[in-house]
Amino acid sequence: MGRISENYDSSWQKKFSDWMKNGWDGLDENMAREDTAPNEESQEEQTDLFTLKVREDRERQRDVYSRLHQWSVTTGARRIRAIYVILSLFTCAAIIFFLLQAVDGLPLLGAADSPVNNEVSRRYIEQGIEETGAVNFVSGMILDYRAFDTLGESTVLFIAACTVMILLRTDVGANGRPEKGSWIISPDQSDGKPDPILKHAAMFLIPVILLFGVSMVLNGHLSPGGGFSGGAILGAGLMLFLNAFGRDKAVRFINYRVFITVIFTALTFYAGAKSFVFYTGANDIPFRVPLGTPGSILSAGLILPLDICVGMIVSCTMYGFYNLFRKGGF
Amino acid sequence: MSLFACLLLGFLIICAVSVSVTRSLLSAVIILMSYSVVMSVLWILLEAPDLAVTEAAVGAGVTGILFFLTLRRIALIDRESKSKEAGDGQDI
Repeated sequence: MGRISENYDSSWQKKFSDWMKNGWDGLDENMAREDTAPNEESQEEQTDLFTLKVREDRERQRDVYSRLHQWSVTTGARRIRAIYVILSLFTCAAIIFFLLQAVDGLPLLGAADSPVNNEVSRRYIEQGIEETGAVNFVSGMILDYRAFDTLGESTVLFIAACTVMILLRTDVGANGRPEKGSWIISPDQSDGKPDPILKHAAMFLIPVILLFGVSMVLNGHLSPGGGFSGGAILGAGLMLFLNAFGRDKAVRFINYRVFITVIFTALTFYAGAKSFVFYTGANDIPFRVPLGTPGSILSAGLILPLDICVGMIVSCTMYGFYNLFRKGGF
Repeated sequence: MSLFACLLLGFLIICAVSVSVTRSLLSAVIILMSYSVVMSVLWILLEAPDLAVTEAAVGAGVTGILFFLTLRRIALIDRESKSKEAGDGQDI
């Protein structure tokens, strides 16, 4: 903030800010100049003429402005649209060109020296159990060999949940924080009594679904399944619970705070554990998480905790999506 | 390939065509869900149980529910009272 200079009224900053506020008006400025010498009678006719001239100028200017405006509405919009179409076509053509060039560089299908036929896939199958300790190759691949990919996927889910929350959340106050007591249903928000048929069916189904999901998460390294599918099943079970028994029962064990805490903790643990493993592996530090005997539940090193993390992230995200899509809040 | 797998593949093709032909968004979502169920059976036939479980849970379950909620949110599926007022038998 600089100080205001003494001749601020005649400086260009003043004129510029006036112009920004009101638009330039030549007449007013000249009228003001006229006011400075009002007593000279001989000048009056002259100033009248001058005023007329300025007024004419101003009208011409307005005419030009309106024509310019009209041009931008009719012709300009069409031309900009044409430029836009040409540019987008050009961009598409360029992308297609580069992608086709990339396809040209790919190895031939079924070639003996193509990267698909290298030693990696054979190594996964032959030494996967020894190296990861997981009987289920798929889990070993997802959460050990390629754990970095899975971290990226979990982060994508997290970012998607954040975006949905930004877009669809309605139960926040003016300051962006949740309002106090916002989880209490207001009368117009409640969805009436749950359907009795749904309720009784859910009483039988929900324990089975949740137990199936939990066992799928916990047995990810032993049997088909794993964090993602088990988490999706858990999320579906939670949705069924919410629909069958109503919101005020569901909110007892999972609300916004639990949602955020679980997702954050699981992601942080995942990232921390994997960075630790990457660090020790890259620096030749002879430390390995004990792998245990393949086939028992406490085996496969970090795969079990990471599976649990992914399962918690996925189930919470699914349930949160459902809540946000449904009501815009928990 | 066995006859069963061929039948399932044919059903997949029918689903894929009809989901683009149908005019009602609600039935498009239901067709998508049935597509996912058939696809998960096919994954089992292809000996990929991991994918089958994920496809059944996500494709047939969660995605469909989220689509339903979105349709309701943009007022393409309305509460029963309003749809009764509007009259039955109309495409949503």
